Amino acid sequence: MKRKNETVRISIIGFGYVGSGVAEVVTRKRAEIARKHGLDLKIVGVADLRGVVVDEDGLSAKTLRKLSAGERGVGSWKEAAAEGLTSLDLIKEVEHEVVVEATPTNVETGEPGLTHIISALEAGRHVVTSNKGPLALEYRRLTELAARRGRELRFEAAVGGAMPLISLVRQNLAGNGVISLRGILNGTCNYILTRMAEEGLPYEHVLKEAKELGIAETDPSKDVEGTDTAVKLVILANSVFERNATYKDVAVAGITEITTDALRLASEAGFVIKLIGEVNKEGFLRVAPRLVPKADPLNVGGTLNVAKVKTDLAGEITVIGKGAGPIEAASAVLSDIIWTAKHF
Amino acid sequence: MKISMDIELKDIPGQLVLALKPVSDFGGNILSVLHQREKKTPSGKIPVQVVLEIAETATAERRLEGLVEELKKQGVNVVRVGKERLRESVVVLLIGHIVHTDLRETIDKIDRTGFAEVVALTLSMPGVNKKSSASVTVSAVGREELKAALKILEATADGKGIAVVSPI
Ligand SMILES: NC(=O)c1ccc[n+]([C@@H]2O[C@H](COP(=O)([O-])OP(=O)(O)OC[C@H]3O[C@@H](n4cnc5c(N)ncnc54)[C@H](OP(=O)(O)O)[C@@H]3O)[C@@H](O)[C@H]2O)c1
Repeated sequence: MKRKNETVRISIIGFGYVGSGVAEVVTRKRAEIARKHGLDLKIVGVADLRGVVVDEDGLSAKTLRKLSAGERGVGSWKEAAAEGLTSLDLIKEVEHEVVVEATPTNVETGEPGLTHIISALEAGRHVVTSNKGPLALEYRRLTELAARRGRELRFEAAVGGAMPLISLVRQNLAGNGVISLRGILNGTCNYILTRMAEEGLPYEHVLKEAKELGIAETDPSKDVEGTDTAVKLVILANSVFERNATYKDVAVAGITEITTDALRLASEAGFVIKLIGEVNKEGFLRVAPRLVPKADPLNVGGTLNVAKVKTDLAGEITVIGKGAGPIEAASAVLSDIIWTAKHF
Repeated sequence: MKISMDIELKDIPGQLVLALKPVSDFGGNILSVLHQREKKTPSGKIPVQVVLEIAETATAERRLEGLVEELKKQGVNVVRVGKERLRESVVVLLIGHIVHTDLRETIDKIDRTGFAEVVALTLSMPGVNKKSSASVTVSAVGREELKAALKILEATADGKGIAVVSPI
């Protein structure tokens, strides 16, 4: 029996690496998603600082590709952008079901993401976001608003990238009590510590190399000082452990003090050093370099992320995956979009 | 010779004093007492862990046996007499200006507890004014004592600006 596909109209706010990654996977998977899930995904608008492009019938694959982050051609934006239209106009005025929020993370103000998410929920739209800022600052306010409006707010991509963690705990492990969660939530730190340990190279050297490879940002302080991991922990504490934590509740130490000697001594004693984020049901939140036994599942190398969830029924469950990358993050966004479309 | 002893006392007042008195009578010196009131045994007794020191003389073993006999006579249940005293161990790393800030003092603080000791230490000093790294193995009579010893280490290191990397 053939049934008519349900149309899901999507806007993407913030058309950088993640935003254009979402456009790419939606385009690439469109037929498959229609066949498997009975959903017709349509991107009706994209917005970033260059402008806003709208097509209520769905932007073509060709247009999306032209606007994508890879080709920072302002020309195609100028041509396509709707005069005078802002991101908020797109969110509020153009009819659609799901807003994908993928603007830069700001952990001081949460903006511009915070305003985008609030406006979207108030306009009766579901929100799928990769942006950590609004969630770390205003988690309760946003989830309460979503509940009041009967709308979904999902954010798998914000913590652990491609690694399914939020849905693992909330859906697959439903019924379990979660005792603790610890893991490596920052690929840049993992890369640096792995290279230092394997090659015996000093911190500054490996950091430089990571910048050249595009693994570390020009200003890597948020990663190496543990801030990024701490922000993700706060989101986990609030979403998995139903706490009302903020960044100030986390004891944070980064990896800048780690020496090659320390890594060698650790290795001689049977350990590796990893930057571990840890949160438990008592509300203890800590980010610190820790000794991890070489045979422990938390010992993963390169830029990989890993999380070990300890539960009362299932025992320990470990997930390993890519924490960053536009397509990897888009994978989590896409899965959140499909889940939302099927449940509402 | 340091000895750890697990004993069980009746849950009535005065039992602890009664149990500890014979220790000095047999030439022993009490280093620590862990009274685990909240961990009653099925028969309603209170487990106590005592760490004591007996001078290493030819009669040390005999005096220890005498002490155990005396305790039993007084109705104290002696569950275990520890020859392998330090049962729990952990490795931690210290990174910073360890030598300048007097590593000895940090170690002494732990050794003085009577229930924990620094049993191994490897120090790596790359050069003057550079941060050094050390791997420190701490052993203790039990899990709780080990945690307490680590707390001491962390607090001392923190006060000296030394980073501590502890196991997960
Ligand atoms: N990259 C990853 O692997 C990854 C993984 C997980 C989560 N995340 C998170 O996902 C978000 C996006 O990351 P990204 O790597 O895609 O960053 P990005 O490449 O810098 O993209 C951000 C986009 O947002 C746009 N933007 C900035 N301010 C805006 C505003 N007020 N209104 C509309 N658009 C605005 C930017 O426009 P301009 O280019 O014109 O400035 C840019 O296109 C961040 O919050 C990040 O933390 C990223």
